[in-house]
Amino acid sequence: MFRTQYDSDISIYSPEGRLYQIEYAMQAVAQGSTALGLKSKTHAVVVTLMRSSDELSSHQRKIFKVDGHMGIAISGLTADARVLLKFMRNETLHHKFVYGSDLPTGEVVSSLAMKSQRNTQRWGRRPYGVGLLVIGYDGDKTHLYQTSPSGNCFSYYAQAIGSRSQSARTYLEKNFKAFPELGLEELVLHGVKALKESSGKETLTKLNVGIAVVGKEQKFEILKPNKVQTYLDQILQTEGEIEIENENENEKDEAAETLELKLD
Amino acid sequence: METYLGEKQQASQWSPYINNGGSCLAVAGDDFAVIASDTRMSLGYSIKTRYSTKYLKITEKCSIVSSGMQADIFTLHKVLKSRAQIYEQKHGKPMSTDAVAKLVSRLLYYRRFFPYYTFNIVAGIDDEGVGCVFSYDAIGTLERVKYSASGSGSSLIEPVLDNQVALKNRNDIKKEDFKLTKEYAIDLVKDAITSAGERDIYTGDFVEISVIDINGTHEEKFELRFD
Repeated sequence: MFRTQYDSDISIYSPEGRLYQIEYAMQAVAQGSTALGLKSKTHAVVVTLMRSSDELSSHQRKIFKVDGHMGIAISGLTADARVLLKFMRNETLHHKFVYGSDLPTGEVVSSLAMKSQRNTQRWGRRPYGVGLLVIGYDGDKTHLYQTSPSGNCFSYYAQAIGSRSQSARTYLEKNFKAFPELGLEELVLHGVKALKESSGKETLTKLNVGIAVVGKEQKFEILKPNKVQTYLDQILQTEGEIEIENENENEKDEAAETLELKLD
Repeated sequence: METYLGEKQQASQWSPYINNGGSCLAVAGDDFAVIASDTRMSLGYSIKTRYSTKYLKITEKCSIVSSGMQADIFTLHKVLKSRAQIYEQKHGKPMSTDAVAKLVSRLLYYRRFFPYYTFNIVAGIDDEGVGCVFSYDAIGTLERVKYSASGSGSSLIEPVLDNQVALKNRNDIKKEDFKLTKEYAIDLVKDAITSAGERDIYTGDFVEISVIDINGTHEEKFELRFD
């Protein structure tokens, strides 16, 4: 993508009928580290690769709880994600207060899409530079949605976003037909394997891999690092590699938790 | 309105408040708290329903029971539940019992000029793991106590708790010799509310009793008299 004369404002169409500013915003999503989601009949899972800018800093959280039955994984501008997260939390809480039930995932995603579209057609506003993978369980069904800066939202069996996501997507495309009948453990394993495809040179450790699950009789839960490690061990076992733990496990866990950046 | 004799007749003015009856109580120990409420909802001399909950678990370490007007109890509990979730999302951890107690006080005072007709008791474990009970009036006056009772049966229950928990007017036992154990407190709470059910017409049907300690909340339900 190179600069054209039709990309200086969100309100300018190109002769091909494209809005370049929106496409550039989607590039921001593609720059973020990988986040992927997949679902079975009973559970939905997101797996993310958490970057840290250098050894001194903590890993950037990419998974957030919206409500007991719903959560998101983000890729792109974290600050924009914070705004959308607050919006979703507000919507779900309001619905719970007024109607006494869980807000269906599809409805909040639709509201989010409307909100995102507004920013593509208003003076002085810019599109949100973040893509979300929303997982939820309501109405006895699992849900996985992707939202993007354009305001489009789609439902998926499995999807990956962020940098090098194509490798993960290829893995998911190869395996997704088997997902509906899988149990939670196998589903998560597929997610981690898919993440491994896009991890490139980075080694997957319990500190830079984030996993969250939601489903039937399973409230949205972000897995603790030790639980993440058990999945990583299974992957590495099957590949015949051996991971050597250098530091004390407990220390690392506490450090990981205290350094976590808090978002609303 | 004046009659031909010139005396004023009292027309009954509409009131936005009604009392649906019911009793609530809570007792705090060294490392636990017991909280209970009946479930009868009355209006005048009728029973509207035998099961209408007055209890809300806010966190694993803290619960609230309220007596008074069911509509206000229901709404207050809804608001409290939402506020607890907002707190947890903002701070990344559940509300402490002290925070809940203060929040309830503020929510009530917020309606200082059209109060919630609710008489609340908050009970749980504080940050040090010690049991605590907070009692309120309708506009949020807050006091931390060792035990409290509210509702239509409170005047029957409170003296029992004075005698059995605070050992008031006892000649047979000294404070130093008395330890409030969990089993003693649970039995006492059950007996107290059962006794209230015997004499207070607005207390009865079922009791929801809950024991809060460091391991979490354990909830139970048992029957009272149906008359």
